Amino acid sequence: MTTQTIKKEIEIQPFTMNFGPQHPAAHGVLRLILEMDGEVVERADPHIGLLHRGTEKLIEYKTYLQAIPYFDRLDYVSPMNQEHAFALAVEKLLRITPPIRAQYIRVMYSEITRILNHLLNITTFAIDIGAITPSLWAFEEREKLMEFYERVSGARLHANYFRPGGVHQDLPEGLAEDIWKYTERFPKFVDDMQGLLTENPIFKQRTVDIGVVSKDDAIAWGFTGPMLRASNVAWDLRKSQPYDVYDKMEFDIPVGLTGDCYARYLVRMQEMRESNKIIRQCLRQLPEGPIKVNDRKIAPPPRAEMKRSMEAIIHHSGIRRQQQALPLQNPRAGLSAPAGDRHDVQRPPAGRYRGDYWKHGYCVRGD
Amino acid sequence: MNLRSFRRYFLYDILRGLILTFSYMFRRRVTINYPFEKGPISPRFKGEHALRRYPNGEERCIACKLCEAICPAQAITIEAEERPDGSRRTTRYDIDMVKCIYCGLCQESCPVDAIVEGPNFEFATLTHEELLYNKEKLLANGDRWEAEIAANLARDARYR
Repeated sequence: MTTQTIKKEIEIQPFTMNFGPQHPAAHGVLRLILEMDGEVVERADPHIGLLHRGTEKLIEYKTYLQAIPYFDRLDYVSPMNQEHAFALAVEKLLRITPPIRAQYIRVMYSEITRILNHLLNITTFAIDIGAITPSLWAFEEREKLMEFYERVSGARLHANYFRPGGVHQDLPEGLAEDIWKYTERFPKFVDDMQGLLTENPIFKQRTVDIGVVSKDDAIAWGFTGPMLRASNVAWDLRKSQPYDVYDKMEFDIPVGLTGDCYARYLVRMQEMRESNKIIRQCLRQLPEGPIKVNDRKIAPPPRAEMKRSMEAIIHHSGIRRQQQALPLQNPRAGLSAPAGDRHDVQRPPAGRYRGDYWKHGYCVRGD
Repeated sequence: MNLRSFRRYFLYDILRGLILTFSYMFRRRVTINYPFEKGPISPRFKGEHALRRYPNGEERCIACKLCEAICPAQAITIEAEERPDGSRRTTRYDIDMVKCIYCGLCQESCPVDAIVEGPNFEFATLTHEELLYNKEKLLANGDRWEAEIAANLARDARYR
């Protein structure tokens, strides 16, 4: 009797497993309760909202200047793009246009940020499915790009650099040349990384036809960014509603045909090359001139002037003490952040985790 | 046998990847031996705070409290009183370095270049209390880093 019960094979079908929020691959933002059949996810119950930190409520009590650092922290992998969205929204409210040089600098740094973001995304994705080398290489490239961040803003991640009405400080001497030199070498690096991943049979086994999202589903679920473009929708706010100087840039929108993890990888790879092209165009066209609006109610006066002029120091203090007077209306600016379009203060990838999209089959990782 | 299955069968793409990785072994080393070697930082670097003094030893801060007003994290606490000589100075200047988000707005707002974010980034401590800086600590930082801070401010002056 006892031997019989021992011999009887116990099958738990399906096997329920908890993933995240403290799993290294979920890094604190997502919890999934997975029903597994072997290695195949049969059903997933995503718990979202773990990254909600009440930023909207916090910045209700802050001036526009004080709010900017909070935007860096919304998506610490692409901080300047988040600042950009906020700056654009405030500029729309104030009915101002930043000077042309500031617009070029902002577009250039947005694209540097896009490369930073995609490098992290692709390589950590590769780690999660078993390839470590790409991340070791890409972090070297990220280091170089973060050095450009540091030289312009003084911080490697939380830049606090874009301001309503322009940028905080002009590019220091020599930086533009160094970025130019970097963009000359960067395509070679993308080639190398593609050499490691794109045709690698292990990588392909684990990405091709995994996590397929059809075109209709992607639109219905409100996907944006590379997630949407990989599902064969050529949607990019940089083209459809160009902001700053994107209308002067020549670039293509890479689109994936299959909507699987592999297509998303390819889209991001190609986007890095396009970003590199945009950075080079910005550097080639970068005009001389001011970097913030010449309105003392919005942008503070230069320090040298502040030390001499009473008028200037009144504005210097005023800007730091009180909110700019604004017409009452609802600001809404959209832009294409690396992880997805951004409106107001919704963290871009939130749409990706929304609802229970991952219901059935083969969706090992949707990111 | 077509080309694709040929490549798959002989692990062509994996071998190519391995050769590529191997070739990186002969490139210049990019890592640095951190505590002994450090990467370069720019004059704009936003590190540990310091309160500066004028060359004659007088503290710069005039307790205008702009930094306290701008600080998005509300990490700065200032109390001020008139000194016997009639000048307005702080009696208390605290920065909670744990609350601080190193945005640099205090440095931007300071009209007399008193509070600055210096080039030091190695101020980790074992306890929380050690990171609650008071005026003495900040002035001591200023004295310690004055040469670097002054050089950085001078290098960046024309962009500010």
